[in-house]
Amino acid sequence: MRTFGFAEFLFILEAAKWTVALSMIAFVGGAVGGLIIALCRTSANALARWLSGGFILIFQGTPLLLQLFLVFFGAPILGFDVNPWLAAGVALILNSSAFLGEIWRGCIQAIPAGQVEAAHALSLSYVSRMRDIILPQAFKIALAPTVGYMVQIIKGTSLAAIIGFVEVTRSGQIINNATFQPLIVFSVVAAIYFALCWPLSFLAARMERQQAAALTR
Amino acid sequence: MQYVFQFGDVFAAWPLLLQGTVSTLQLSILAMLMGLVVAVLCAWGKTSGPALLRFVINAYIELIRNTPFLVQLFFFFFALPALGLRWSAYTAALTAMVVNLGAYATEIIRAGIESIPKGQIEAGLALNLKRHEIFRFIILKPALKAIYPALTSQFILLMLSSSVVSAISADDLTSVAANLQSQTFRSFEIYIVVAAIYLLLALSFSALFRLIYRLSLNYPDRR
Repeated sequence: MRTFGFAEFLFILEAAKWTVALSMIAFVGGAVGGLIIALCRTSANALARWLSGGFILIFQGTPLLLQLFLVFFGAPILGFDVNPWLAAGVALILNSSAFLGEIWRGCIQAIPAGQVEAAHALSLSYVSRMRDIILPQAFKIALAPTVGYMVQIIKGTSLAAIIGFVEVTRSGQIINNATFQPLIVFSVVAAIYFALCWPLSFLAARMERQQAAALTR
Repeated sequence: MQYVFQFGDVFAAWPLLLQGTVSTLQLSILAMLMGLVVAVLCAWGKTSGPALLRFVINAYIELIRNTPFLVQLFFFFFALPALGLRWSAYTAALTAMVVNLGAYATEIIRAGIESIPKGQIEAGLALNLKRHEIFRFIILKPALKAIYPALTSQFILLMLSSSVVSAISADDLTSVAANLQSQTFRSFEIYIVVAAIYLLLALSFSALFRLIYRLSLNYPDRR
């Protein structure tokens, strides 16, 4: 029987790059989707508001694991190959679109109405109003909660292990099945996640404090 | 797309799905109540305990909030039994949920306690209220009101993330779905129905929490 040594540690550590890669995919895709959702939620068009509201309701109201399963088992129905990369990527992008969209909607709505009215008075177009007036200001408010949400994305990628995507958690399971030393294996797995997430949590908390200090000044 | 949806097998298994829903509800409600007790104790320790206790509680919170629930679950189910602890998948799942919620809720409750201005407590003393009256009317209720939205959405998140306990085959709605799937091979239909049940549960919880708010916490705030 194998015992847990340096080679096993390296195997788990190397899988961290797939956790990071999947997190990046989910964040970049979720940022694009989230921006669209946030703009729809705050738009003047009732249909866009209603559709994006439904999207958020569904993706925030059902477990991420079920969303993963639905994409994983639904992809073949639409004629795609069952591929853990595709399934995990798509499900995580959709999920983070909903959450980032809701976070950013709040940030857009936090911009004082006078700013929008002033932009209207200057007869700016929707694009220029958003690009030059609203979004740059909303971006500043959004930074801290967005960094905080990245931690949720990294933790969420662990669920991809259940559909067979080999990232940190799955590689931990594989090593555990070979060595039967769950205590050390899952401590290492947890330590890797902690090393990935804690700096982001710390950064988010610091940014939040700085912002609060700036607001009370 | 030539796929023919067949929900027959799924709906025929409604007693199993109902049973799974009840297990998920039971697991979530137990974890909410027990997690709340853990969180109140930890929040009390964090705001007024000795330095060592504060350090331990902070370490617990940071550790839980920066690792995935699935890994915590594996730790409780695989790693602790290796140390000689014997427990079922259900107990391991419940413990993991309580420990997880405890960490998140501690921070929420601490924020609530700190949101009460000292002047209000002093005003209570000046009015000759007793200690428990001050705690009940001046600290507890306004603090609960201040954190109510954050706390209840954490409860709903917990209920949804409880689906992960199916990974260690603890009884819940998602593991019922996994069993049905291996018997009938109608995976997509099953997971659609089960996702709809979760959505319904989340909406019911949020309606219930809103009702409780309207009945007991809906009073005007100082502004």
